[in-house]
Amino acid sequence: MNLADKKRLLREMLFARRFEERCYEAYVERKIGGFLHLYSGEEACAHGVLEASKKGHDYVITSYRDHVHAIKCGADPKKVMAELYAKETGSSKGRGGSMHIFDVEHRFMGGYALVGGPFPLAAGMAKAVKMKGGDEIVICFLGDAANNQGTFHESLNMAKLWDLPVLYVCENNLYGIGTRIDRSTAVIDQYKRVSGYNIPSAQEDGQDIEKVFKAAKKAIGHVRSGKGPYFLELMTYRYRGHSMSDSNAYRSRDEERMWSNRDPIIMLRDRLIEAGELTGEDYKAMDSEVLDEIEEEVIAFAESSPEPRVDELEKYTLAENDPWVYGGGR
Amino acid sequence: MAELMYWEAIRRAHDEEMTNDPLVICMGEDIGVAGGTYKATNGLYDKYGPERVIDTPISENGYTGLGIGASFLGVRPIIEIMSVNFAWLAMDQLFNSAAKVRYMSGGQLTAPVVVRSAGGTAHQLGAQHSARMEKVFMGIAGLRVVTPSNPRQAYGLLKSAVRCNDPVYINEHELMYNMKGEVPDEEYFHSLEGSEVVREGRDVTLFGYNISVHWCLQAAETLSKQHGIEAEVIDLFALAPLDRAGIVASVRKTHRAVIAEEAEPTVGVGAEVMAIINEECFFELDAAPVRVSAVNVPIPYNHTLEKAAIPNAGDVVAAVRKMLGK
Repeated sequence: MNLADKKRLLREMLFARRFEERCYEAYVERKIGGFLHLYSGEEACAHGVLEASKKGHDYVITSYRDHVHAIKCGADPKKVMAELYAKETGSSKGRGGSMHIFDVEHRFMGGYALVGGPFPLAAGMAKAVKMKGGDEIVICFLGDAANNQGTFHESLNMAKLWDLPVLYVCENNLYGIGTRIDRSTAVIDQYKRVSGYNIPSAQEDGQDIEKVFKAAKKAIGHVRSGKGPYFLELMTYRYRGHSMSDSNAYRSRDEERMWSNRDPIIMLRDRLIEAGELTGEDYKAMDSEVLDEIEEEVIAFAESSPEPRVDELEKYTLAENDPWVYGGGR
Repeated sequence: MAELMYWEAIRRAHDEEMTNDPLVICMGEDIGVAGGTYKATNGLYDKYGPERVIDTPISENGYTGLGIGASFLGVRPIIEIMSVNFAWLAMDQLFNSAAKVRYMSGGQLTAPVVVRSAGGTAHQLGAQHSARMEKVFMGIAGLRVVTPSNPRQAYGLLKSAVRCNDPVYINEHELMYNMKGEVPDEEYFHSLEGSEVVREGRDVTLFGYNISVHWCLQAAETLSKQHGIEAEVIDLFALAPLDRAGIVASVRKTHRAVIAEEAEPTVGVGAEVMAIINEECFFELDAAPVRVSAVNVPIPYNHTLEKAAIPNAGDVVAAVRKMLGK
């Protein structure tokens, strides 16, 4: 990771943070409906891992906390915001919403809203890759609480049994909605849980993007070399509640302060400033540029886009004009 | 035209589709080395190998989800869930992922999987192995549901289901795998929508699907020979979407309807057919439509009780006679 990369990643993470915080405002303004799960505080996880992957080549899948992963994969932030605004120009044409961002062209295979749902989907995509003989890998990001679902165990078993090219990234933010990990999970260190399936794993500081990148390089190298799945646990923290309907009353201010002192963006910024590669002024300018871009391009696009048409309500339910529905004869 | 057993017809469809497209795979419990509980994949493991004929762990939700994920990238999995009772465990992936992904991605992604399983009551299999779940599947938007009543349909429906871009659930029947029937020698694709008039009649329409088509046919013979009643029999091989036009056309002709279903009546196929009749041709009716359904109990082990819980051709005859006052 060279200097230019670090500066770019700083801006990308800052953009992600500002994007998410702007979503918060838009939600309060009732421009965004439904559920909204924000990624603030966890930026180094998605950015570090995906920086180590082959963009547009590897497949990525995740949970409902999906905006930032989609954008890092190459989704246009304007389309992501338009999706949150439920507009026809949204990434899922306003039919998906915050929890279901998709950008298949950039191989972002979606956000799914059943906890643990993507585990087997990721293994299945990896099976398809293996059948076709490509060197793509599948990267599945999920939270720590998903590991208590049956799909975790069922999928890890099959992924190892068939040595599928899938990297499971556990973004361990210590809480499953409002329940702290030690109150829900018998084994606290998630990376240890996969040893029962003979899957190699590691635990890394998820707030330090350079460490995440390095750990992900190793993990991805393992998977791409054909040795089967890998499990990477990243220790992180979400600043906001689980979703916008979460009072966030279950965490102490001391705990929150401790984590905000290890903010992934500030850590990288300070490191660049210490190294003399960035000034405080540079950072302020970057921030202001990001804010302008979000307001003038992203929000403006979402605001001005049209709603989906009611006469297209049923579109996308089933395939259109599929001759095999009629036995191929029509 | 060769006579094949139901399982042989399903096996032939697998074999042809796997030969036709190297991305067609099949997966499920015991389907490979063991050849499948109902032999529907017998011999395919030796022919196509373990990468394409996959013996899965007993993890219904996991392997169904895995098949769905593979289908995102163009693989065409035929997933066998050994018994429909176990499909409850796979509902999350089937309903939340396969049925909804096209819609919630705005048409970007589709899950062209086929899930087949054996449903119905058989011989004293007890409460947890006798479920009739077609009514659960048919209520889910984004999922097609078909149910073959004979080997020809079993073959042709699977062929079309594999090639169709929607997820398709195929409801087979425990008791029907050894049923014989004619299947075209040449390749044949059955429509995934519509219904079939399997017997013409003028006095009453008997609607059936899967095994209950046979009760209807048997009942129609009895009604004709013993009571002078000519029943029309409609095979609803497609349960989602149901063939509104076909249902209405027949009721307009006979003005009476009896729906025979092996499942419990509540929120079922019969209820849905009756709703369609009410909505579309209420004033054409000469009698209130009637359902012949199972008793709403967990299926008992005791054979006498089991038989009492499930309708049969005699119940269909009785329902028609009561309706016509004969």
